[in-house]
Amino acid sequence: MKILVCIKQVPDLESRFKIAASGTWYAAEDLAWRLNEYDEYAVEEAVRLREASGEGELVVLSLGPERAGEAIRKALAMGADRGVHLLDPLSHDKDPRQIAGAIAEYARGEKFDVIFTGLQSQDRGSAQVGLLLAGLLALPAVTTIVAFSHEAGLVTVRRELEGGARAVVKVRLPALFTCQLGLNTPRYPTLPNIMKAKKKEVRTIAVTDLPQVAALVRTEKLAFPDKRGAGVVLEGATSEVADRLIAILKEKTTVLK
Amino acid sequence: MKVLLVGEYRDGKILPSTYETVAFARKLGAAAALFLVADPSDLPRFAGKLYLAAAQQCGEYNPEGHLALLLQAVQAEEPDFIVFLHSAYGWDLAPRLALALDLPQISEVVALAEGAFVVPACNGKLRRTLRPLGQRAVLTLQSGAFNADGEPAGTPQVAPLTWAGSAVVELVGYEAASRGAVDLSRAEIIVSAGRGIGKPENLALIEGLATVLGGEVGASRPVVDAGWAPHERQVGSTGQTVAPKLYIACGISGAVQHLAGMKKSGFVVAINTDGDAPIGEVADVLVVADLKQFVPLLTGKLGGV
Ligand SMILES: Cc1cc2nc3c(=O)[nH]c(=O)nc-3n(C[C@H](O)[C@H](O)[C@H](O)COP(=O)(O)OP(=O)(O)OC[C@H]3O[C@@H](n4cnc5c(N)ncnc54)[C@H](O)[C@@H]3O)c2cc1C
Repeated sequence: MKILVCIKQVPDLESRFKIAASGTWYAAEDLAWRLNEYDEYAVEEAVRLREASGEGELVVLSLGPERAGEAIRKALAMGADRGVHLLDPLSHDKDPRQIAGAIAEYARGEKFDVIFTGLQSQDRGSAQVGLLLAGLLALPAVTTIVAFSHEAGLVTVRRELEGGARAVVKVRLPALFTCQLGLNTPRYPTLPNIMKAKKKEVRTIAVTDLPQVAALVRTEKLAFPDKRGAGVVLEGATSEVADRLIAILKEKTTVLK
Repeated sequence: MKVLLVGEYRDGKILPSTYETVAFARKLGAAAALFLVADPSDLPRFAGKLYLAAAQQCGEYNPEGHLALLLQAVQAEEPDFIVFLHSAYGWDLAPRLALALDLPQISEVVALAEGAFVVPACNGKLRRTLRPLGQRAVLTLQSGAFNADGEPAGTPQVAPLTWAGSAVVELVGYEAASRGAVDLSRAEIIVSAGRGIGKPENLALIEGLATVLGGEVGASRPVVDAGWAPHERQVGSTGQTVAPKLYIACGISGAVQHLAGMKKSGFVVAINTDGDAPIGEVADVLVVADLKQFVPLLTGKLGGV
């Protein structure tokens, strides 16, 4: 079985963000970077399927700037066989259709049986790239999966719905799936596997060498939301702060006697 | 301006979220038609044209089928915008339509900005303003961002649609969410643990605070996904919706899916090391502190009250 998993590197969301000089994205300096949380589940599911099927290969792909290579190495350390880096220093300016378009250009000739992506990225959250990729490759797709099982070319998944209910869905391979949080328990790469990953092949393809896809959306502005001003902010784990909080709760709520 | 609204129907019922798209159309000042795959004997309350396909024939989840039906409605209606909810149904169907029509899609719209659309970024820490290039676009709306004022009303003029393909993706059935003995929706006080607790042992701190307050323990999704708390304790769009008199969020960033489950709480306290965490937007009191120190301190004081 030939499997592709598409991943993205995102900033740690606990970081303190600053708006970049362009005014349309966050400044990349001083941020800690990690593998998009949804993609961790995608990689884990892909590795499990790869292990269960025995033969074939698992390719991990990321479109992004130089540092996205770190996310590829992590997926390789989790068990992917080889990496593809669609190098694009301007990926933050690309819309979902351009990103999916570039990935499709690479994936079209490879004839993958299964493609996994995250449901969405944590920074943009548009939840489009997976489905657009499936559409461009003319593959069926199921989003938001929280369970996956495969038998002889037939896949059964559970799609998560609002309120936590699930839809049980069947589809034949080849197909694409977008992975929701909680799909599995992603493994931590072990030290020997991190060392092994360093020797695995990563092919770099500049997106400028692929056919170009026109943008459909323009980002006009990135900004901080207007904070709801009413809240009181208290700082520090101190006795005074605790007293202050208790006094406020006694005054403003009826639950503290 | 003309919009085609995409309503939702599941497990035999029209979902109330359908009416959020109607509220959006009103806010946009656009003439609206509605598209729905539902039971034709149970019409939505909507004054306008309804493109209706029978769920009995077309299935409740059948992406290829629903796409083909939607394309018929779009061809007849020629809308400027096609509007979905950003939901398990909407985010699954919208990009398929956008691709088929070669249109831009803007996901999770929370506000309008002079012909452009505002969407969240970085789990709600930032806001992006996006403008579709061209006159038409596919939009998905953040759930709860556009609320109907008043009860939906009206009787639609039905334009029936039919589909005769065979489904590529087969919906076998539904599984209900696991519901245990706790009913958080009735709790007066909830103390919730988020990923900020760091490790499962620290759940005891949250339980300790809940106990002195006589409240229940809630949790954000990562705490449940990690197996540290059962799903019945999860607060949010894929867990419980709660409205206690007091909600204390410990180590919870305030992602929109979490807020969806607790924003009707009477009084919200957040304890977070990050003063910029979006939970601050709904908190009446934000304590910027490490919960590992602050929660035991607070519990100790309350225990002595
Ligand atoms: C379709 C869908 C449905 C979802 N449904 C739900 C749902 O029902 N419920 C839900 O909760 N989420 C849901 N999510 C996930 C949601 O998007 C967030 O990922 C999740 O709510 C984050 O949980 P968290 O705030 O605990 O973790 P994080 O976002 O990781 O935040 C942890 C917070 O803890 C703080 N922190 C860290 N250390 C400390 C410390 N020592 N003391 C104090 N604070 C600290 C950090 O500053 C941070 O703000 C859903 C997502 C999707 C896409």
